[in-house]
Amino acid sequence: MVSPAPLSTAHATSADARLALAEQLLTCDAAQDCARVVVEWLAVHAPAPAVACLTRDEPGGKLGCLASVGLSEDQHASLTEAPNTDAEHPLAEVLSHAVPCFFPPERALIPIPGTGGLFAVPLGREGATPVGLLLIWVNGPTLPSEVAWVAAHAGPYLAKQVTSGPLGLGGGALFRHIIDAVTDPVLLTDLDGRLRLANARAESLLVANPDASDGRKRAVHLNQRVFTTAVASTARGPVPGVSWREIPLVDPAEGLDLLFELVGTRVYAPDGREAMVSVLRNVTDLGRATQALGESYRRLRATEREARSERHRLDRVLDSVADPIILSSPSGGAVMMNEPAEKLFTTSSEAGRAAQRRVRSNDAVFSSFLANLLDTGGGPRWRGQLNLVDPASGGTRPMEAVATKVLGDGGELTGIVTLFQDRGEALEKARLLERLKEVSTLLEARVQVATAELAEQNEKLRRQAIQLEQASAAKSQFLANMSHEFRTPLNAILGYTNMLLQGVSGELTPIQRRNLTRIDSNGRHLLEVINEILDITRIEAGRMPLHLSDFGIPELLQEVMAEMDPIIVRSKLAVSTHLGAKLPQVHSDRQKMKQVVLNLLSNALKFTHEGSVKVSAECATPSSLLTISVTDTGIGIDPAYQEKIFEDFQQVDSSPTRAYGGTGLGLSICRRLADMLGGRVTLQSIPGQGSTFTLHFPRRPRRT
Amino acid sequence: MTNPSPNLQPLVLVVDDYDDAREMYAEYLEYSGFRVAQARNGQEALDQAFALVPDIILMDLSLPVIDGWEATRQLKKDDRTRTIPVVALTGHALTGQSDEARGAGCDSFVTKPCLPDELVTEVRNLLAQRAVAATR
Repeated sequence: MVSPAPLSTAHATSADARLALAEQLLTCDAAQDCARVVVEWLAVHAPAPAVACLTRDEPGGKLGCLASVGLSEDQHASLTEAPNTDAEHPLAEVLSHAVPCFFPPERALIPIPGTGGLFAVPLGREGATPVGLLLIWVNGPTLPSEVAWVAAHAGPYLAKQVTSGPLGLGGGALFRHIIDAVTDPVLLTDLDGRLRLANARAESLLVANPDASDGRKRAVHLNQRVFTTAVASTARGPVPGVSWREIPLVDPAEGLDLLFELVGTRVYAPDGREAMVSVLRNVTDLGRATQALGESYRRLRATEREARSERHRLDRVLDSVADPIILSSPSGGAVMMNEPAEKLFTTSSEAGRAAQRRVRSNDAVFSSFLANLLDTGGGPRWRGQLNLVDPASGGTRPMEAVATKVLGDGGELTGIVTLFQDRGEALEKARLLERLKEVSTLLEARVQVATAELAEQNEKLRRQAIQLEQASAAKSQFLANMSHEFRTPLNAILGYTNMLLQGVSGELTPIQRRNLTRIDSNGRHLLEVINEILDITRIEAGRMPLHLSDFGIPELLQEVMAEMDPIIVRSKLAVSTHLGAKLPQVHSDRQKMKQVVLNLLSNALKFTHEGSVKVSAECATPSSLLTISVTDTGIGIDPAYQEKIFEDFQQVDSSPTRAYGGTGLGLSICRRLADMLGGRVTLQSIPGQGSTFTLHFPRRPRRT
Repeated sequence: MTNPSPNLQPLVLVVDDYDDAREMYAEYLEYSGFRVAQARNGQEALDQAFALVPDIILMDLSLPVIDGWEATRQLKKDDRTRTIPVVALTGHALTGQSDEARGAGCDSFVTKPCLPDELVTEVRNLLAQRAVAATR
């Protein structure tokens, strides 16, 4: 826009006019002011019907018309709107050649009536790329001297204004480009944070176009508040100069939280007021990176701790292994070894020279062993027998060693693990096993001998048992035969005696009768003996089976008394029976029980001369044993004989002059029969006063 | 003892290889009023039994030629002698002998020594039982 302000010294002398222009230029702090002063001065002092001043803010940049005189608004606008970057353009050529150029009327960009053409004069520092053009319409192709003078003086000044002047419309294009090119937001504010200049990146954060979305506007508003507050507080801070702080902003486009580092610098604006230059640096990623780095570091520490504990655990594991283990480097040097290995391959400095020599010997043996693995190349493993020595004792330690290569991810050799196994123990075990086998074999042989002997003994015993059995059978057979052979003549003896006593052969004299009676009595005694021997034999041979039946004790005693009646009558003793209350029926062998009672009763009658014999049956409780007792008032039995009389053939008086006959088998048979019935026979006796024999027996025998 | 018609008296066959026993029993049986025939072994006993068909037979068991058990079995198998009571007489006192004798067909079992009067009592009992059975 053309300023209408007139120059007060328009028609002064040429020198004065030039001085006035120079003074005016010095007061100009903007390219536009400068350009207006120049064109107005030239219009008066050149003189020229029209003058225009064009500038570009950077080499090759667009041209813009800063000021003009004598041009219509359309013509001014055409200059403003026709900046030309085309190198072919006449004005561009002028700029590139940096020399004034005359355009005759037919080539003038804007023909002005009454003029003879147009001069385009480059403006700028001498030797530097022009920053603008002075267009002056003149009468002829001669450049007026005033124009050259103005161009020479105003050019550098204008160049200075264009490149470093404060921002203005079009004046800071290069500056804008520069700051826009900065990827960090850059801003100029007053000390209260009010925005005066922002580069493109800053605008994207802090400026919202009227047509922007509500979200963006809100975000920008929020950012502005945060930023303004931060700048204001920074500006009020005690320390002038560069300050630093972090501010959280929002990305208006994405809505993401961003963190910026605000570097503020106080500067003086061209108008002399203090301003604030703020540079924001996006540290969001940095923050994240820092965080990630921290996390990585933490993980690294954890991993390191883990690795350390793993290593410790590995150490403990390795130490807990009884067999020696050595981890070697690819060159064969020991990296790590467990305790058992240390005992073989290390020695303390206090140890004797012998121990150290043994350790060196072990090392040498182990090295040559490892060399096998390394020399074979391809093989991952090498096994061998090592004859190591115990450094402490010097004893041999035969070892089986297995060395295994440890390969890295790329297949490269990273180490060698060698496991040792003490063969000494195995050899000792093998030796012991061998010894055990020998002893076992020996033992087996002995066992076989013993077994054979035992078998022989068994066979002998078996034969003896058979012989015994045969002998027993023979004895039984003999006794049976003997019994038969006795009975046959005895039958005739007793038979004829009986016949004679009956008077079959006529009447007998008293003496004959008495003698025959004696024969009869002796014959019967002999028969009794034979029967008793037979009974013992049958019991011993197990040929006397139980014949169980139900019967009552009273009936049994009645029968016994009836059978013994002749003898009882003859004995002239008071014989009585006493039956206890509640005598139950019994289930037993009636015949055997009867025989026992008969024996006991006949015994009592035999050894009792006067007084009484009492037979009594009792049953204390239903569950207890029953008893049948025979109590006499006879001669009694000395305690010394009380047990003995139950044995075979034992009698109290066995002398040739004994007073009482008998085989001595009666009580023995009683005891055996009672045993078969599940009972027993007991005796209570006082010599001279009498005896009580008692048969105890259950209601039913336990064995059948 | 009166013996009005000897032919009507029961005939007893006494079988025993031991002469004294056999003759003693025979003498006492005759003394007691029986007719008596004698045999010394099993074969003789069978011959006599089939020939005479006695009213009762006293059979010793241990006999030569044919033993008493076998003779009894044959007697009990023959229709002519089946109904004749047989009294087994034995000197063997071991258990089992009586069962064996009854198994062979003996009607009664007597262990020696057996007094003559006791034997006669047994004979009379058996004959009485047989008479009762016959009248039915």
